[in-house]
Amino acid sequence: MARAAALPIAIRQVTKTYGRVHALDHVDLDIRSGEFLTLLGPSGSGKTTLLMVLAGFTRPDHGSLLFGEEEVVRRPPHKRDVGMVFQNYALFPHMSVAGNVAFPLKLRGVPRADVGRRVEAALELVQLGGYGERRIDQLSGGQRQRVALARAIVFEPRILLMDEPLSALDKQLRERMQIELRRLHDRLGMTTVYVTHDQREALTMSDRIAVINGGGIMQLDQPQRLYEQPANRFVAEFIGESSFLPVERVPGGFAHAGRVLAIQSLPAAAGRHLLMIRPERLQLLGAGMGEGLNLFDGTVEEVVYQGDSILLQAVLASGARVAARAPATAGAMAAVPRAGEAVRLGLGPADTVILADA
Amino acid sequence: MTAIAERPNAAGLRRDAFLERLALFGLGSPALLLVLVAMVLPVGWLFWLSFLADDGSPSLEHYRRMWQEPSYGRTFFVTFQVSLLTTGICIVVGYPLAYVLSQLPRRAANLAMIGVLLPFWTSLLVRTYAWLVLLQRQGLVNQWGIELGLWSEPLALVHNLQGTLVGMVHIMLPFLILPVYGSMRAIDRDYLKAAANLGAGPVGAFWKVFFPLSLPGLFGGALIVFILCLGFYVTPAVLGGGRVIMVSNRIATDIELFFNWGAASALGVVLLGLTLALLYVASRLVRLDRVLGGGH
Repeated sequence: MARAAALPIAIRQVTKTYGRVHALDHVDLDIRSGEFLTLLGPSGSGKTTLLMVLAGFTRPDHGSLLFGEEEVVRRPPHKRDVGMVFQNYALFPHMSVAGNVAFPLKLRGVPRADVGRRVEAALELVQLGGYGERRIDQLSGGQRQRVALARAIVFEPRILLMDEPLSALDKQLRERMQIELRRLHDRLGMTTVYVTHDQREALTMSDRIAVINGGGIMQLDQPQRLYEQPANRFVAEFIGESSFLPVERVPGGFAHAGRVLAIQSLPAAAGRHLLMIRPERLQLLGAGMGEGLNLFDGTVEEVVYQGDSILLQAVLASGARVAARAPATAGAMAAVPRAGEAVRLGLGPADTVILADA
Repeated sequence: MTAIAERPNAAGLRRDAFLERLALFGLGSPALLLVLVAMVLPVGWLFWLSFLADDGSPSLEHYRRMWQEPSYGRTFFVTFQVSLLTTGICIVVGYPLAYVLSQLPRRAANLAMIGVLLPFWTSLLVRTYAWLVLLQRQGLVNQWGIELGLWSEPLALVHNLQGTLVGMVHIMLPFLILPVYGSMRAIDRDYLKAAANLGAGPVGAFWKVFFPLSLPGLFGGALIVFILCLGFYVTPAVLGGGRVIMVSNRIATDIELFFNWGAASALGVVLLGLTLALLYVASRLVRLDRVLGGGH
C-alpha cells in the first residue's frame, strides 16, 4: 500500500449536550496532517463523543469540523471517507475475513481484479496474509483486531480513527500492537486520531496527546512535555503517579514547610500552587548525601515490593505523604529502610515541578 | 493406603458430581414424562392405528386410498398452499414491522410489543368469528366499502381462500414477529455504524449487513408459522366455509362423520412425515446459507 496523502483536521467550537450535561464544551482542536494524535481521558470525559463527531455518528449541537479545507460537520458518515477501528472491531460475522476487508472497496466500485489484490496486500500489511477465507469466529482477539485495522485502511483513507482498539487484548499483546500500530502509521502516513483511557498507551504511541476531561481539553502537548510539565493537577494525576505537597509563596520562589525550594522553571501564573513529585524522581539518600537537592525528611510508613521496583510510602515532618520508587536492584534492596525508620528523600531542581492547583 | 493419600476425597467428589447430575435430571423429569405420555404414546398409537383395516387386521388400505383418491392429493395441496401463502404474507407484513420495533427505544418497543401480543390474550375462536363478522356479505367491511363507493356489490371476502388467509395471517403474525424482532435486537448497532463508516448508505447497509444478520430469526419465525399453519383447524373451518379443506379439517371429518380412526391416523402420519421432511430440508438450507454467507 502506498503512502496516503494525509489531511489536517480542524475542530472549532464543537459542543454536544445530553440534557444538561456538556459531553463536549466548545472544543477547539487542530490536528496536523499526518499526525498521530491521542485523545486521552477518563470514561465520560467526552473523548469518545469527540471521535464519534469526527466519524459522523454523533451530531454536535453546533461547531465546525474541517477535513483539510472542507466543512464536513453536516456530511453523513458514509460520505466522510475516514477509516475507523471500533472498540469491539464490529467485524461482519456473516462475511469471511476477505469479505470484510473487501467491503469498502466493493462499495467504491473498485474493479474485481483489484479488490482481491488490494485485500491481500492489506492483510499482509497486518501480518494476516493467507487468512482471507477464514470466518471471523475462527480468529483470536488479536487477529480480529488486525482484520479490523486492515478493513479500515484498505481503501486508503486520509484520516484514520481508532476507538480504544487494544482495550480487549491482554497486556503483552497490547504492548506489541502499540508498537505495530505506530509503525503502520509511520509507514502509511495518514492523520490518525486515537482514543484511549490508558495513559501509558498514549505516551507510547502519540505525537501529541490531548488530555480531555469534562468535555474540554485540559492540555494538548507532546508526551514528554505532558509528563514533565502537566498544566494542572488533573493532568498530573491522570498521567503517571504523583504526590502533591502544599507550597507557600516566598520572595523569588516557593517553599514547603518553611524550606525554600530550588526550582529550575518557575510558573508564571498567580494563584494557589502545588509541588508535584513523581515517585521515581525521588532519591533515597544516605546520611550526608543530597548536595544540590531539595531535601525531605520523614518516616517510612510502608514498603511494597513490586518486582521491578520498590514503592515506599513516607510521612514527612510537615505531615504530608509522599511516595518514592526505587529500582529493585540487589544493592538498593539492602539499603531500603523499613517501616517506622527515618528516611531522607532528595529531589533535583529540574524534577521539582510547581503546578497551578486547579 | 498410598492410593488414598495421593487422591484424597476422590470418591466423595465423584459422588457429589453424580448427585448433582441426578438432581438436574430430576428437575427435567416431569417434562420428560409429560412428553412421553402426551406426545410419544398417542403418536405411536395413531401410527399403529393407521396400519389397521376397519376390521382390525393389518393393512395398508388407508395409505392406498390416499394415493388413489385425487381428493386427498388436493387436500394436501391446499394445506401446503394455505401454509405457504400465510407464511409469505406474514413475512411481507411482519418483517418491516419487526424492523420498526427493533429501531425504537426499548421502552417504546416494549409497549408496541404488547400491542403485537394483545391478540394472544383473546381466544382463537373469538378472533376467528370476529373476522367472520367483519368479512361476511353483510359485514362491516362490505357495508363501509359500499357506503364509501369503493365497490357496489358485496364482495365475497370470506368462505374462501382469501378469508382464510386474512384470519390465519392475523393469528400467525406474532409468531413471526417475535423471533425476527429478537434477532434484530441482537444485531450490534456498531455493525451498521461500521457499514456506514466504510461507505455504505442506509439502503446498502440494510441489505448487505442488517438483512443477512436478521435471517436466522426470519428462518426460525417462518418455520414456526409454516408448521403451525400445516396443522391449523379452526380458522379454515370457520372462514373457509367448506371450500378450504386442509388436512386437519379432513381428519375431523373422518373421525366425527365416519368414525374412521384408521383413515384419520394415516392422514396424521403422512402430514407428520411431510413436515419432518420439510424441516430437514429447511435445516439443510439454513446451514447451506451459513456456509455460503461465510464463503464470499
